[in-house]
Amino acid sequence: MDLFGSFALLLAFLCGIYAFCAGIAAIRTRKPLLIKSARHAGMAVCVLVWIGFASLAYLFFTDNFSMAYVVEHSNRTLATFFKFPAIWAGQEGSLLFWSFLLSIYVFSALFAYRKKHPELMPYVGVVLAGIQLFFLTLNNFIASPFKVMGMAGPGGVLQWVSRGDGQGLNPLLQYPEMIIHPPVLYSGYTGFSIPFAFALAALLGRYPGEKWIHLTRRWTMIAWGFQSAGILLGAHWAYAVLGWGGYWSWDPVENASLMPWLTGTAFLHSVMMQEKRGMMRVWNVWLVFTTFLLTILGTTLTRTGLVSSVHAFAQSDIGPWFFGFIGLGFVVCLVAFWKNRDYLRSDNSLDSLVSRESSFLFNNLILLVAVVAVLSGTLFPVLSEWVRGTKISVGAPFFNRVNLPIGLFLLFLTGVGPLLAWRKTSMASLRRNFGGPLAIGVVAGGVSVALGLRNFYVILCVILSVFVTLTILLEFYRGARVISARSGSNLLFSAGTLTMRNTRRYGGYIVHFGIVLIFIGISGTAFNQDKQMEMPVGAQMDIGPYHLTHQAFDTTQETNYSTEKATIAVDRDGQQMIMLYPEHRFYPSNQESGTMVAIYSTLKEDLYVVYAGRSPDTNQPVIHAYLNPLVKWIWLGGAIVILGTLLALMPNQQPSFALRTTEGRVPVPGSPAMAPISVSRYESPHE
Amino acid sequence: MKAKTKFGIGIAIIVVTLSSLAFIGAKESKTYYHTVAELPTLTSAEMRERIRVGGDVAPGSIQHRAGRVDFTLKEADKTLQVSYVGSDPLPDTFKDGAQALVEGHAMPDGRFVAEQVQSKCASKYEAAPGGVIPADGAQTAPADPRS
Repeated sequence: MDLFGSFALLLAFLCGIYAFCAGIAAIRTRKPLLIKSARHAGMAVCVLVWIGFASLAYLFFTDNFSMAYVVEHSNRTLATFFKFPAIWAGQEGSLLFWSFLLSIYVFSALFAYRKKHPELMPYVGVVLAGIQLFFLTLNNFIASPFKVMGMAGPGGVLQWVSRGDGQGLNPLLQYPEMIIHPPVLYSGYTGFSIPFAFALAALLGRYPGEKWIHLTRRWTMIAWGFQSAGILLGAHWAYAVLGWGGYWSWDPVENASLMPWLTGTAFLHSVMMQEKRGMMRVWNVWLVFTTFLLTILGTTLTRTGLVSSVHAFAQSDIGPWFFGFIGLGFVVCLVAFWKNRDYLRSDNSLDSLVSRESSFLFNNLILLVAVVAVLSGTLFPVLSEWVRGTKISVGAPFFNRVNLPIGLFLLFLTGVGPLLAWRKTSMASLRRNFGGPLAIGVVAGGVSVALGLRNFYVILCVILSVFVTLTILLEFYRGARVISARSGSNLLFSAGTLTMRNTRRYGGYIVHFGIVLIFIGISGTAFNQDKQMEMPVGAQMDIGPYHLTHQAFDTTQETNYSTEKATIAVDRDGQQMIMLYPEHRFYPSNQESGTMVAIYSTLKEDLYVVYAGRSPDTNQPVIHAYLNPLVKWIWLGGAIVILGTLLALMPNQQPSFALRTTEGRVPVPGSPAMAPISVSRYESPHE
Repeated sequence: MKAKTKFGIGIAIIVVTLSSLAFIGAKESKTYYHTVAELPTLTSAEMRERIRVGGDVAPGSIQHRAGRVDFTLKEADKTLQVSYVGSDPLPDTFKDGAQALVEGHAMPDGRFVAEQVQSKCASKYEAAPGGVIPADGAQTAPADPRS
């Protein structure tokens, strides 16, 4: 199976070279047969990569310990369930997994547009084949997962050896979420290749108009949705497994996933300016280029030890390949842009500071500043070594200081932006649209101060969250009222109809609402408490409203690990709430250990209890308890973000004929400023 | 041009504010990386910064004392006396011969007072044939799979 798999990958590589070269030849000669043949080669690459990946999976599920990669990341006692994360637990497997997911996207794109856009698709095929070739080079020649175990036999001849058992999977990965988190995040990373390929193809082929944006809108949203879900799942995994009481530590790995998300978010917004007003063409092209390069940089950072080398642990020789690829990608983008820059001229320029355009511009600017801040903070050790010769790292305070105001400003724009008119918004419409929500928001802020809140950012967050939520509700209400007046159905049903008629707009609002919930959840961090103490059996601890009693302490031996588990009774106001079992596991096969955090989660707060090990002085168990307010809101908000994204991906339902003709002409009562938009709102989608 | 000027001012305000916040944040949280050999050569101003040093735990040097754990870090032929005074229990992987990364302050007498210790058992990856470790994770996590 290993030979089969590595042969499939080699064939994929050869097909990739053919798809790339034949694609270029096809663009030059425009021979239909050559175009077709290049496309088929591109699809063959994908199928061969799937076969290669399936072979690796097969080796894991059959416990083939003659394979070096299987030995490193699996063992016989590992539950079948966890053989999946074992496949992508290491460098080689995760790179093949990357190729695998990329090829799903590539295949779908090539297949979906096989009979469409004959001018554009050959270019797209070439770009995608180029990206795939890079990863296939790594899969085949640099980091092949199909290496067998060898040992010098008699006479110095290398012999194959097979081990009896493997070293097992890193215990941190033996957590159910680890089965879905990497695929989801990787689907985000790889998904951005598609809009990138279309943008570069449109530029190289000087493909007319904004067509590539309409074509890639759904692909971008799919990638964005996966990236969002991946980041949140990663945060949740860190929260539940790493046991330090938080979900985000501005670690390079986390930052790597956040950066393309930020530019991707900027891109999703600024394309609207290009669609409606023909502006920002250069900007959009560069945003999508940057997003793609950041996905590659992200995976580079976490693999090459560039940044983690300051942690002095990970080293790898794969770095130059990645940097070469990023450099090459950048040069290709730059040349393509420079040669075709006249094609990207804007139709319009900015009219007013208070307009939809300007809110998008600020949204983009701010997101970009966030990316620069996160990137420079992440690369600070490298940069400082270049500049001053000493490695200096910056920690959470750096990132928080910059990103908290950025986040709140974005939250503000989330409320304001969608209600501003294109071109210019009058003071009167500002007052009408924002007066009420803002006033109520300020009142809510005042109430929170009266209740004892003193943190400036938290108060601002309260005001903005209320404000944004109200503006979103108001938008739904206004639209629903019109539909309800015409159709006679109730408001709630009308809101549903409204959403389904313009999924992009109202799905977007739902995403915004999810973001508001996430902000509320994050603001809870300002009130975190924690307490750590030695707790022999019988000892008690009070934290916030909770009273913890250590009732029992067990040491047990499971099939592939031994565990120490504390049994802790949680009381509140003299009433028993729940029993928590924080646990510490030790895996002898690889000499590693893992924490199982016990969490009692309510909407108001999480009680997060960690068995932190034994005290070095007394050998008594140490319990570390955290009280983290509002954390659940983050996961809830995340679910709503995904729901909104899914809604926005759905096709619009067409309103009945009578409704469509009246909608554009009759101004919606109470919102004349919105009338010009509502014309375009009910246009058929561009797809 | 008027709208553009207003924009320019808005953008300038945002960029200046955020960069000054970044500057403050960087100042608050920066940590210097030094090797064991470099430590004795630092100026007194450099000694006051937060410092991170890596090395191997010298076998037999770990001693539990009241309120602290003393051990010796070795890097090449240089050694460093470390006192760990943090409140978190030491990671399980912290034992003789393990790679350790300590963060804290250098004392004028040459000792190093560590508030945080991360460590990784050295043996595991020697056994792995050609294995490459994913990036180091948050806190004391040995390997973060979120790549």
